[in-house]
Amino acid sequence: MKRISDLFASPWMKALLLAVALVFPWLAESDYQLYVLSTAFVWALAVYGLNIITGFCGQLNLGHGAFFALGAYTLAILTVDHQWPFWWAFAGAGLMGVVSGLVVGVVSLRLKENYFAIFTLCVGFIVYLLLDKWEALTHGAAGMMDIPAPEGFGWIDFSATVPFYYLALAFLMLGIWVAHRIGKSLLGRTFLAIRMGDDLAQSLGINLMRNKVLGFVLSTVYAAFAGALYASSVRFIGPAEADVTHTFDMIAYGLVGGLGTLMGPLVGTLLITWMTQSLQFLEEFRMIVFGPLLVVLVIFMPKGIVGTYAFRRNRRIAAELTAKARAKEEGQRRA
Amino acid sequence: MDLFLQQLLNALTLGSIYGLVALGLTLVYGVLNIPNFAHGALYAVGAYVAYVVMVDYSGNYWLAMALAAVAVAVLAMLSERLVFYPLRNSPPLHDKIAAIGLVMFIEAMLQWHFGAEFRHMPVAFDTQVQLGNLSMPAQRLLIIAAAFGLMAVLHLFLTRTMTGSTIVAVAQNREGASLVGIDTRRVALLTFAISGALAAVAATLFAPINLVYPAMGHLLIMKAFVIIVLGGMGSVPGAIVGALIIGFAESFGGFYISNEYKDVIAFAALVVILSIKPTGLFAKRAN
Repeated sequence: MKRISDLFASPWMKALLLAVALVFPWLAESDYQLYVLSTAFVWALAVYGLNIITGFCGQLNLGHGAFFALGAYTLAILTVDHQWPFWWAFAGAGLMGVVSGLVVGVVSLRLKENYFAIFTLCVGFIVYLLLDKWEALTHGAAGMMDIPAPEGFGWIDFSATVPFYYLALAFLMLGIWVAHRIGKSLLGRTFLAIRMGDDLAQSLGINLMRNKVLGFVLSTVYAAFAGALYASSVRFIGPAEADVTHTFDMIAYGLVGGLGTLMGPLVGTLLITWMTQSLQFLEEFRMIVFGPLLVVLVIFMPKGIVGTYAFRRNRRIAAELTAKARAKEEGQRRA
Repeated sequence: MDLFLQQLLNALTLGSIYGLVALGLTLVYGVLNIPNFAHGALYAVGAYVAYVVMVDYSGNYWLAMALAAVAVAVLAMLSERLVFYPLRNSPPLHDKIAAIGLVMFIEAMLQWHFGAEFRHMPVAFDTQVQLGNLSMPAQRLLIIAAAFGLMAVLHLFLTRTMTGSTIVAVAQNREGASLVGIDTRRVALLTFAISGALAAVAATLFAPINLVYPAMGHLLIMKAFVIIVLGGMGSVPGAIVGALIIGFAESFGGFYISNEYKDVIAFAALVVILSIKPTGLFAKRAN
């Protein structure tokens, strides 16, 4: 029996989503909508990073926003203060993601569960304080201004809204594709084994530390690239980018969509961005709604939208398969 | 020499406040294995309740402290019942996320109702105590005396009374405790109430020499986490020793090294210590 809900899981759905995203500039009523959506793409990219370490590996990283800010500041400092060409600075931001992820990961991943969460919370705070106090490098509380837009190719100018939208979309597609490849690979299965428990993973012969650090660095690289894109989109950043509320936002996005699923971060980010935009008063007090929402979701629907859908669908398919097998058995017995 | 004594007083003040907050955190962790990220938000609620009682109703300082303690204890018990109890069998990731949801909600409510601006709480004891040629603000002496008094009371409660022993028993072994007839649900509620009341008292003590604003608990809760990690999570004496270590490091580090970066000291200490010893300074108690 073919169901309408099966459509969501078919490749057609992904093609449809991509097609809508591609023609959206012609559907949008204003440049503002386009700007909001491209910013949502940038955030979604960062959430995909969080999804690798927290969703796949099961380690709650409360410092994710700090790596986002490190990427943003690296791009800003290299382009504004050192006049680097944009794409070199962008690569520099990615390198910052690798190096900072490696340094923090090697120390923090020796810690288990709660200790890891607390430690990364503290790392996030150290980054925030450094960005705020180290005026010679970061311009302190005043923040960085006049960050250039991505450098265009030929006649493409990324400082305009539509080209930037496509650039953000392209990076997001690349991010989702990489996450998809990781999820399908042995590495993805290794991460899942680690999520189920350190002891289990170790008894399977998995090198815990190496794989956890790898997952962590992957996630920080996502965050750093997303941060660099964000900086070149809003053109102004301050120490508040490293604030823990950004990490909390990203956890909310991931959880609503479904942590540990492929499409969850995208669904969650788009849904919540759309909600906050359509209910403008939410902008400032969004946490009044998100806070209880997070609690209710974690109690009643911890798999998120995508995770719950996939779980139900798989259960139904399994039930149908057993029913079919039983009917076949019954038929053989009668014959 | 005077400057040194001033720093000593400052260190003891900080250590006392940190100790009260960290004690509540470590008790909850010991009994329920939850790092309660919402503890800092409870601290902020305590400060606001005291502020409202003192400013809007021109109430007495002690009354404000008592009302704040009761209000936050009730709020803490509600959060246990509505948020953490339903999650008792979930994977450990979930109660941490729920705690984050709780802190987001409480802070947003405070900001919505009171606004984001900084408020000054009236100082209850605006006098200076003269000791030789050293003058000390009475409020700081009060903080130190009250904090150490409370810690002593808590210690006696945990070790000398039946109810206190049930908390210790649940912290040591949950199954064992319920096997000998201890109602673990009641113990969990009681622990949350105590931790909330401690946070509210700490807030009422500290707010007069500090500012009141919705995010006032952020930095404090993170330092409290540093403290209980240092002291071994779940350990009561560890929390007190850890609080004093951090209080002294900050006060003297801020004075002799750099005032700008004094808030980094606690976190840098944590990073260094955890890099060397991943389970904290004092070995974790059997749990």
